[in-house]
Amino acid sequence: MGSTSARNGNDGVGRRDLIKRSAALGLISVPAMSFLSACASGGGGADDKVDKGKKSKDNPLAVNGGAPLDFVLFDGGFGTQYAKDAIKVYEGKFPKAKVKFTPTQKIQSSLQPRFNGGNPPDLIDNSGAEQMDMGVLVGKDQLADLTPLMDAPSVDDPDKKVRDTLRPGVLEMGQFDGEKVWIMYYAYTVYGVWYSQKALDSLDAEYPETWDDMLKVCAKAKKKGIAPWTYAGKHPYYIPFSLYPMIAKVGGREVLDAIDNLEPNAWKHPAVKACFEAYYELYKKGYILKGTPGLDHIQSQTAWTEGKALFLPNGSWVENEAAKTMPDDFDLAVSAPSGLDSSDKLPFGTMWASGGEPFIVPSKAKNPDGAMEQLRIMLSEDSSKNFTKSVKSLTAFDGGTDGIELTPGLKSAVAALEKAGENIVNPRLQDWYVALQKEKIGVGGLGEMMAGRLTPAEAIKKIQGYADEAAKDDSIKHYKHQ
Amino acid sequence: MQHGKYRFIAGFLAAPLALYALFVIWPFVQSIFYSFTDWSGLSPEFQLVGFDNFTKMFSDSVFWKSLQHSLLFVLLLPLGTLSLALFFAFMLNVGGRRRKNAAVSGVRGSAFYKVVYFFPQVLSIAIVALLFQFAYNPNSGALNSGLQAVGLGGFQPDWLGDPDLALWCVFAVLVWCTVGFFVVLFSAGMASIPKDYYEAALLDGANRITTFFKITLPLLWDTVQSGWAYMGILALGAESFAVVQIMTVGPNGGGPDYSTTVLPLYVYQKAFRDGQAAYATTIGVALLVVTLLFVAIVMRMGRRERLEY
Repeated sequence: MGSTSARNGNDGVGRRDLIKRSAALGLISVPAMSFLSACASGGGGADDKVDKGKKSKDNPLAVNGGAPLDFVLFDGGFGTQYAKDAIKVYEGKFPKAKVKFTPTQKIQSSLQPRFNGGNPPDLIDNSGAEQMDMGVLVGKDQLADLTPLMDAPSVDDPDKKVRDTLRPGVLEMGQFDGEKVWIMYYAYTVYGVWYSQKALDSLDAEYPETWDDMLKVCAKAKKKGIAPWTYAGKHPYYIPFSLYPMIAKVGGREVLDAIDNLEPNAWKHPAVKACFEAYYELYKKGYILKGTPGLDHIQSQTAWTEGKALFLPNGSWVENEAAKTMPDDFDLAVSAPSGLDSSDKLPFGTMWASGGEPFIVPSKAKNPDGAMEQLRIMLSEDSSKNFTKSVKSLTAFDGGTDGIELTPGLKSAVAALEKAGENIVNPRLQDWYVALQKEKIGVGGLGEMMAGRLTPAEAIKKIQGYADEAAKDDSIKHYKHQ
Repeated sequence: MQHGKYRFIAGFLAAPLALYALFVIWPFVQSIFYSFTDWSGLSPEFQLVGFDNFTKMFSDSVFWKSLQHSLLFVLLLPLGTLSLALFFAFMLNVGGRRRKNAAVSGVRGSAFYKVVYFFPQVLSIAIVALLFQFAYNPNSGALNSGLQAVGLGGFQPDWLGDPDLALWCVFAVLVWCTVGFFVVLFSAGMASIPKDYYEAALLDGANRITTFFKITLPLLWDTVQSGWAYMGILALGAESFAVVQIMTVGPNGGGPDYSTTVLPLYVYQKAFRDGQAAYATTIGVALLVVTLLFVAIVMRMGRRERLEY
């Protein structure tokens, strides 16, 4: 390093000069700020929609058959084949239309610039880790109203509107405040307590309907060396998949609605307290797989498929996601969450089911009618069956399971839905206030409680604090149940 | 003639300066501008809102937590990494037993260790974070299995799941994957320190610790200083973001209960998850201020007489 000192000789001066100069540059650029309005966020973009086509019985949305369609799909667990098949139907119907199909996992990074430039695609499956915040998109008028699609006749029965062919709750999920429908959730997810029927049978037990019975089954499992429960400790917002419907079962739907509406003291309801205490008891009695707070969803699922744990709160995608580690004779089953006792407001079977894979049509799309027609095709019985068959998941189309062989988990989910009947709950925190639900309530509240670092009373106080904070925050758009 | 010389130099500098202005200065200016708006990042419309974002930031407890963790990293990470690297480099080059023909030499097998220390540098930070995620798995990870193997089955921490440990788990990963680079860097520096100094010191009866503090460290100070700045920027920037985002608890990392969140992660969450791009740039401005302060302090601290050798 003999030469360093010689080279460093002038360094001090050069550096100081550089700082001076950059400061000067900063000063110059301050007045330039007024010109900045047109930088990264771009211009508004011209509103050049394609001409409408001719409305007819076969073409109720008056699609312009010659106009191109720009379709961006999230290429995730469900793959792309179902969309490609649906596009083929569209192209068969409108032979002159060119469909530009772009599957990607980078929804936000590839589409954010297009939204900002006023040049979004026509149809988007806004899903995955890079999902764009729906609340913000709706709040900033970036989405088209899908009511024309909902009021159009369905493909299978022209006397039935599309809105009447959907499963319960799907349409409401697409609404934010008022009648307009902004999102079409295509997949249908069943949430609950997932377990191996074989493991449960080996304990000589049935799925418990009350909490006392639940604790009895847990004691049995523990004696056999199986941890009764595990969950995605690093993503504790999986706990609500069974906890929230339990709260609704114990205290009634209105308790969950009040929570969604961010009402003051919503979390202080006795039903919430009772359910929190029930779950906390799982921790106190040592019924949770050791180390669970440090496991992510895959690790906890693997421990569960290996038979180290019995019950797991999860959604119906788990069948596909855990397929690799799941033994062939696992006999996957799902149940609605256990309640407390016979004084619960809603019957056993009350469970959480809601839409997944949100499809949106941007308000600045050039061919919104084509996009809606494409969705109408996807909501036909044929397309729905095709989806269920290939990706082991239900769709928003009510039915579409006859005549196809269902996997054990899916079969059990369909049975659970039937048992639930009207008693399907659909907590909205997850799509209205993502950060509140996942990071604050999930990680900061429930995760801490289930790891034993907060008592139920402390967790409730903390969560209520988070909810009050979100209710007061003007930078978040607020929604209410209708 | 002088005049023409400057024009000549300017001709060469124009292109890089223009690029620098366009891709570095201009985005900075833009971000500062956006921090005064309510831009969501998902639509072209926004309005100027004055200092609203800044007042919001000052009362945002998550921001303060992120700042606290980032500052902790910026103070401790260079200290931890550089002292460890200096120790290793010293042992590899000077710390060995006296041998024939050489007054100073490294420990046995030092050439081999030098290569091994450099391995983590070859791995991408994302892979390192993923690998450590497996090691930290409380159920079947290497750490808890190791504890069990040595008879500590009763002591099985949740590692990343424990708010008191999680930040230190991240810290350890960052030290692990950066220390090798500095070992190599400092080794190169030490190799160029003339051996006579060590020989003279040894003749005077100095032990290893004295030679380290009286000879090695002062002569290596320039390198340590640039290492310090480099480590600090790394602790404030991309590396700490990547490890926290990939490894830790929560939808985008940062948990449990905000115990590992850092400033760049919070910027990312606000911009790309919550649709509050303007607020994210506000936090980015805070990060810029912290970084500038850090660099200013490091440069001031380093201003001391240079030794010629």
